[in-house]
Amino acid sequence: MTDAAPLPEPLAEIREEFLALPERERLQLLLEFSRELPGLPPRYESAPGLLEAVEECQSPVRAFAEVDGDVVHFYATAPQEAPTTRGFASILAQGLSGLSPQQVLDVPDDFPLMIGLTRAVSPLRLNGMAGMLTRAKRQVREQLAA
Amino acid sequence: MPAPTDPTPRLAEYAHPERLVTTSWLAENLDTPGLVVVESDEDVLLYETGHIPGAVKIDWHTDLLQPVERDYLDGAGFADLLASRGISRDTTIVLYGDKNNWWAAYTAWVFTLFGHEDVRLLDGGRNLWVAEGRELTTDVPSPARGDYPVVERDDRTFRAFKEDVLAHLGNGPLVDIRSPQEFSGERLHIPDYPEEGVLRGGHIPSARNVPWATAVAEDGTYKPRAELEAIYQEGGLGLTAGDSVITYCRIGERSSHTWFALRYLLGIDDVRNYDGSWTEWGNAVRVPIVAGAEPGEAPASVKQQQAA
Repeated sequence: MTDAAPLPEPLAEIREEFLALPERERLQLLLEFSRELPGLPPRYESAPGLLEAVEECQSPVRAFAEVDGDVVHFYATAPQEAPTTRGFASILAQGLSGLSPQQVLDVPDDFPLMIGLTRAVSPLRLNGMAGMLTRAKRQVREQLAA
Repeated sequence: MPAPTDPTPRLAEYAHPERLVTTSWLAENLDTPGLVVVESDEDVLLYETGHIPGAVKIDWHTDLLQPVERDYLDGAGFADLLASRGISRDTTIVLYGDKNNWWAAYTAWVFTLFGHEDVRLLDGGRNLWVAEGRELTTDVPSPARGDYPVVERDDRTFRAFKEDVLAHLGNGPLVDIRSPQEFSGERLHIPDYPEEGVLRGGHIPSARNVPWATAVAEDGTYKPRAELEAIYQEGGLGLTAGDSVITYCRIGERSSHTWFALRYLLGIDDVRNYDGSWTEWGNAVRVPIVAGAEPGEAPASVKQQQAA
């Protein structure tokens, strides 16, 4: 792999925000992100096809990356009792929305490990965000191919 | 000096009624001296969104597990952790958490490895407390440091390692508490959720599949003793009080929930939890595996070794 392109601005800002904090306070920032997760647009609220049910050990999260012309929108929803999952989804909603499809595809797969949460949250839990990112990229690719 | 036992008649039927408390008992006993409430969740942020007044947080990933080796903290680490939460050796601990107390039961199990005497579970867990509209707070307590001795972890009585499971094959019951799809090997991992990563699907030969949720009622509380007996003992799995039993799941948390039921609610003395569980067994070289819905038999080679 060649040197990765620099992170798109919104993701780079999120990364800086986390890294600027001492480790323990990063959880609070993640909690703030979880509170900022925007609701789904009505047209997705009732679309069961978007729900990828995840059984056991993971909180149910519905997420969808929508390609609208040159721009990607990332929508996600997760239950209130899963604030970590909501926080991850919110980071991606704020960090991916507005990027071009190619920019989304170029986001490093290990972005979740770049924001200083490995010790405060644990790598295993961060896999949840990596999964959401992988899925978003797949959805973008599918829409570009359609 | 342990806190009094919850006198609720429903609990009195269990083999060890002192191990469970009801939400109403806890609400009335939050200020009991010598009692500390501990929240343990799958979600690392849930405690921060609101918790039972006075409760402290212990996280399985970041507090109980070592960061490098796959093992639990040592005696000194444990003493420091508990003291920092205001817990002393004689403190009554009441654990609760999300996901039907999976992680609370897991934490209770780890505490038991260190021989903490009085560890109780809040029956119904966090969900029931919230569903009943009981008080939550975001105030994080700053307890005075507890006085906790350094005790060596006992890895023999309630914990099983892979070698123990191999030696157990053909000699005693194994309970696999994962979903039927994980048991059969049909499902290895969750699509797009690169999780712990397991190479092989199926179950440990001779294991019987009783998903953890079988043990709970709709509100997340444990089923009454007679129902648990019908599931795990006569008429069900056929476990007897004298059996040596091993439970496992994927990483040992859901099986802690069943371990607790077998050990304390049904009173089976010898129940060990195999925390390596499927993430170890399904990746290990040259261990026997059975695919499909049937338990399968312990391999002859294992039996011969034991007979020799």
